[in-house]
Amino acid sequence: MKHLLSTRDFDREAAIRILDVAEDMAQTAHREVRKLPPLRGKTIVNLFFEDSTRTRLSFESAAKRLSADVITVSAKGSSVSKGESLKDTAQTLVAMGADAIVVRHHHSGAAHQLAHAGWIDAAIINAGDGTHEHPTQALLDAFTIRARRFGDSSRGHDLAGLRVVIVGDILHSRVARSNVWLLTTLGAEVHIVAPRTLLPHGVEHWPVRVHEHLDSALATAPDAVMMLRIQGERMRDAFFPSTREYAREWGLTTERLALLGPDTMVMHPGPMNRGLEISSAAADSERSTVLAQVTNGVSIRMAVLYLLVAGSSSVADPAGGEK
Amino acid sequence: MVARTVLHDADITRALRRIAHEVLESRRGDGRLVFLGIPTRGVTLAQRIQRVVDDIEPGVSCAGALDITLYRDDLARTPTRTPAPTRIPPGGINDAIVVLVDDVLYSGRTIRAALDALVDHGRPRVVRLAVLVDRGHRELPIRADFVGKNLPSSTSERVSVHLAEVDGIDEVTIEP
Repeated sequence: MKHLLSTRDFDREAAIRILDVAEDMAQTAHREVRKLPPLRGKTIVNLFFEDSTRTRLSFESAAKRLSADVITVSAKGSSVSKGESLKDTAQTLVAMGADAIVVRHHHSGAAHQLAHAGWIDAAIINAGDGTHEHPTQALLDAFTIRARRFGDSSRGHDLAGLRVVIVGDILHSRVARSNVWLLTTLGAEVHIVAPRTLLPHGVEHWPVRVHEHLDSALATAPDAVMMLRIQGERMRDAFFPSTREYAREWGLTTERLALLGPDTMVMHPGPMNRGLEISSAAADSERSTVLAQVTNGVSIRMAVLYLLVAGSSSVADPAGGEK
Repeated sequence: MVARTVLHDADITRALRRIAHEVLESRRGDGRLVFLGIPTRGVTLAQRIQRVVDDIEPGVSCAGALDITLYRDDLARTPTRTPAPTRIPPGGINDAIVVLVDDVLYSGRTIRAALDALVDHGRPRVVRLAVLVDRGHRELPIRADFVGKNLPSSTSERVSVHLAEVDGIDEVTIEP
């Protein structure tokens, strides 16, 4: 694997390998020295054409913990706002010695184009492209589910037999897409719930069960309920009558929280719209994994950066840790 | 040519018992002994030595694992390796007598990486090195304190350590 563009690009073994390496990375948080040396002398560029706080900070701290040099470029305040093309920006960054580019872009397929257009040779990591994919978010979600379910014996496990319900704006959600592919690859059963207006075309071909009502999905006794953010910035039409109606029909309200099993995880990729898709009671409950997801995000991004950037070749070593 | 067995299971058991005694003998004062094996087989050896030590002097020692993958000096020259878990025993390594345990001592580069990894976990009182086989050909100024067997070899030969917990059999072989 040279790039990380989509969770469709890897199989069960490759996914488990990333999660397992993230377990090792997570351990370093408890050490005296939290820094690891494998990316010394490497340069990671965060190229963000879209606003982001947690993903950008997460990649930044992941790269720094692996001893890489980090350059963050946001579209505002750079030549991108003067109209420089994606190609020119990327070639400029590589000319300055970038070994990997973490890219977030408002157009679906931007990361794929950077990786495969032949403009540059650096490793490309998709940190969210339009409404297409956000693979590291899905990986950290899978990691969080696995860690909550299996604890210290997580290593090597997939998610077979677990049921995950994804709720909300599936149409605009790259988080939902990446999660559907990855969770399915790992053997989980995925259900999605959304107002009909927020379901994408072709959803009947996805490996999921579709519910129109949240209560019927919650009645399946899921292991995890993933609430998606209502993305006001991507909604140019009226997809539902009012926010109050959305909260009542598809929000994880205090009443619905009470109906969930004691072990059901409440997940949200953040940032949350409290009172809209998720109530404060749910967001702050013991079942909430919201902060664990943030912590795990750094470990997952360390694993991805290590696996893509540390070695000399894109071919993974089949022998693993052989001397 | 076929592989020649240079240590059988009884030889390995005897060597590890001797190392355990030597470690205890060299332990001055009341220092806590922490055996840290280097994955994969060093971890198994560390556990075995620690069990012998615990039989002789209960409660003064514990065993763990120290992965060195992220500290290797050839990371950027080889395909990406998957790290193995590091397990530092409760109580940590601060002020402890740490005994690094590996199966074969060869170039010494693994131990160099282990020393680097170790300082990120704390500051031991002393660090010692125990290996089952020392086959020579050092590339760094490193030597072992406790050696199961010195095995002069040529660089073209391949020395393999097999342990029952990992490979189903206890033996050390050498093949041309």
